[in-house]
Amino acid sequence: MATVGRALLIVAFAVALYGVGASLYGAFAGGRAWVDSGRRAVYALAGVLTIAFAIMEIAFLRSDFSFDVVATHSSTTTPTFYKATAAWSSQEGSLLLWVWLLSVWSSLALLVTRRRVREVAPVATAVLLTFASFFLMLTIFFAQPFTTLAAVPQEGTGLNPLLRHPAMMFHPPMLYSGYTLFSIPFAFAIGALITRRLNAEWIVSTRRFALAAWLCLGVGIVLGARWSYTELGWGGYWAWDPVENASLLPWLTGTAFIHSIMIQERRGMLKVWNASLVLATGTLAILGTFLVRSGILDSIHAFGASTLGVPFLILIGAMVLGSVGLVVWRRADLTSEHRLDSLLSREAVFLFQNVILVGLAFVVWWGTFFPLISEAVTGTRASVGPPWFDKYIVPLAFVLVALSGIGPLVPWRRLTWASVRRGFVLPALAALVTVLALLAVPGAWMEPKAAAFTGVVAFVLASVGQELWRGMRARQASARESAPVALAGVVRRNRRRYGGYVVHAGFAVLLLGVAVSSSFQHARDISLRPGQSARVDGFDITYVRATARAASEKISLGAVLDISKHGRHVATLRTTRGFYPSQDISQGIVGRFFGGESESEVGLRAGLGRDIWTVINPNLAPLTPIIEQGNRTFRRAMVGIMTGPAAKRQQAVAQLYALRDAAVTAVARRFVTSPWPADFRFIVSPLATWIWLGAIITFLGGLLALWPAPAAARRRVSAGYAARVARELARTTQ
Amino acid sequence: MIELLVVFAVVLAVVAVVGAPLRRGAQGLDPDAAARAELADLEAAKEAKYQEIRDAELDMRTGKLSDEDHRVLDGELRAEAIALLKRLDAVRARVGADAAPVAPPPAVG
Repeated sequence: MATVGRALLIVAFAVALYGVGASLYGAFAGGRAWVDSGRRAVYALAGVLTIAFAIMEIAFLRSDFSFDVVATHSSTTTPTFYKATAAWSSQEGSLLLWVWLLSVWSSLALLVTRRRVREVAPVATAVLLTFASFFLMLTIFFAQPFTTLAAVPQEGTGLNPLLRHPAMMFHPPMLYSGYTLFSIPFAFAIGALITRRLNAEWIVSTRRFALAAWLCLGVGIVLGARWSYTELGWGGYWAWDPVENASLLPWLTGTAFIHSIMIQERRGMLKVWNASLVLATGTLAILGTFLVRSGILDSIHAFGASTLGVPFLILIGAMVLGSVGLVVWRRADLTSEHRLDSLLSREAVFLFQNVILVGLAFVVWWGTFFPLISEAVTGTRASVGPPWFDKYIVPLAFVLVALSGIGPLVPWRRLTWASVRRGFVLPALAALVTVLALLAVPGAWMEPKAAAFTGVVAFVLASVGQELWRGMRARQASARESAPVALAGVVRRNRRRYGGYVVHAGFAVLLLGVAVSSSFQHARDISLRPGQSARVDGFDITYVRATARAASEKISLGAVLDISKHGRHVATLRTTRGFYPSQDISQGIVGRFFGGESESEVGLRAGLGRDIWTVINPNLAPLTPIIEQGNRTFRRAMVGIMTGPAAKRQQAVAQLYALRDAAVTAVARRFVTSPWPADFRFIVSPLATWIWLGAIITFLGGLLALWPAPAAARRRVSAGYAARVARELARTTQ
Repeated sequence: MIELLVVFAVVLAVVAVVGAPLRRGAQGLDPDAAARAELADLEAAKEAKYQEIRDAELDMRTGKLSDEDHRVLDGELRAEAIALLKRLDAVRARVGADAAPVAPPPAVG
């Protein structure tokens, strides 16, 4: 089926190129039929790429090692769950996933908008298909997913052990969905600029896709952080790694965009700003893909090679120059229809929040690309670490969280002192009481930043709580409903508003978890023998016993740990280090089972109060003499078999392999039978679980905002206001 | 051979899907395209204005705006909505017969 896959990619490339031409011809000369044909090219592209992607997935699931990509990224011992995900651990599979998701989301966007934005949509279609053509060109000429091997190996090299984590099933598809969904408002913005249809319609038509992109990218980022926390064995969730930062950049500018478009929708303001934001977000989404796939910056997450650098740089260069050129070219059409009524208004808060978000994005961009910038200027590649990022990010994030609490309290257009009194007193009191209560906790005053963050988070939560309460009371007053029904009713009728508020509350909780867990974290690296204990932040951690398990997939050496406090049992934790066999035969017949890649399974006791996190790093040096002796013995035996009678060779090799497996198991068991000290890292992090809870609340809020109101309800509400305005119109024209 | 047939079938399906609008014949450019686009823009602006009126009402009911502030703001928003409706009616008249009045007939009384 590899031939079919290759042919389908060529068909898809041809369809995409045709669609670009048909859409542009239809938009500017040919008329509706060509435009429709161009749009249908996107649907056809989605269909063709679905078949191509399915062929690749089936090859992985069947362990068809005639496909180069399967032989180098999977194996028969890889669990089925991970075989399915191994497709996007490869460069080729990732690119195919990217373009497939782009075709699917683009089809959905063009289907939804087929009777709207009629002037803008054909150009947007051409832009989306240009992206598709670019990625298809990469899969045809640079990183072919359907390349076959002349000599089919019996076994594949297996999936990178670090990627064997449930989060990795969803992390790349969510990130790529975010990137490709951001291409949709980008493409429509290009279309709006070219056709000079720069009012609210293109924004109304694509805002849901921008929100979906924000949501998917956010989920992808959090899954990546969770993977880092539970898989990488260093105890953190965010390291300001270039690839992490690459996904954060479009998320930050995208967050700014989904706020500032509300001002353009309502007031016809900030058109230059919005166009620039969405063009920057689309470009940063491609930049993110480029950083992951090119390996241009050193990263623990970069699984790509560097052969794609030049084509990506050309695309990004064209996007930057084209975007700037278009905004400058259309600057006369981008003038605001209104001016800001007051600096004390929701519009002003949004604007300030936008500046902070773009500031954050700039800091992240500068820190990420500093190695390249420094190399270009000084000839020496230098990088900046977490302390540099923290220095700028922490104050900006503090202001951002504060604004997420202030925003919901401020009405559109202007804020009066009376509404300040009504809105701000309770949240300010909540913040004050929280900070005072926190300062009474011993040691808390040593971390003023964390105390301040906690106060501002209390402000946000009180602000959102107050808004929900008042909304519910207003609904109760008008509809005479019970409190839960009224709350559900007011939220259902104002999903975008209250979904946004829930997002703010979740984000505040998330940042509280970040601030407190990083400020009050206790970490200790220690070497223990079975029976020995260590104390970390008041917890006694005892190494109860060693564990070992040898399987064909990997050898796991681990430990069972008992956690207690003041003599009371708290938890039993299990942590292991898995060693995957190497394909390098120079490591020896036995040695290669201990010399491949390795990964950690952390022992984690997560709780609302604190996380107790541990990981083992077994020292294999004491096993080296036994492994070397095994290598020599089996090598001699293998030489004997190969020089012996050919008739008995196959049976002898099988017997030898059985003995080898028993020997490998026996070597691994020595970790249990004759245990030696193992290295451990212990971390006690207060409120770390709040990071994940905050993320869940944030995304539930995002889903709430994204969920469309029933069409009938929308029409009913709209008709009600239309009738009121019509009565007014009748009075003014009499 | 089967592989060839599969690819051929996919190509046929693609040609059928993509070529269908062209078989219906070229319709040419819509002479009213600009007016229709303006109409769509104004419809979007009208819906956004209704949303703004609704938000102001909710702000008043949740205590963010006083009755007096709401009365002033609501007046401004309605005036802007009326201006939009007038522009909509003008554009609809330009576009042609299929133009229905944007707002329903005013209630009497």
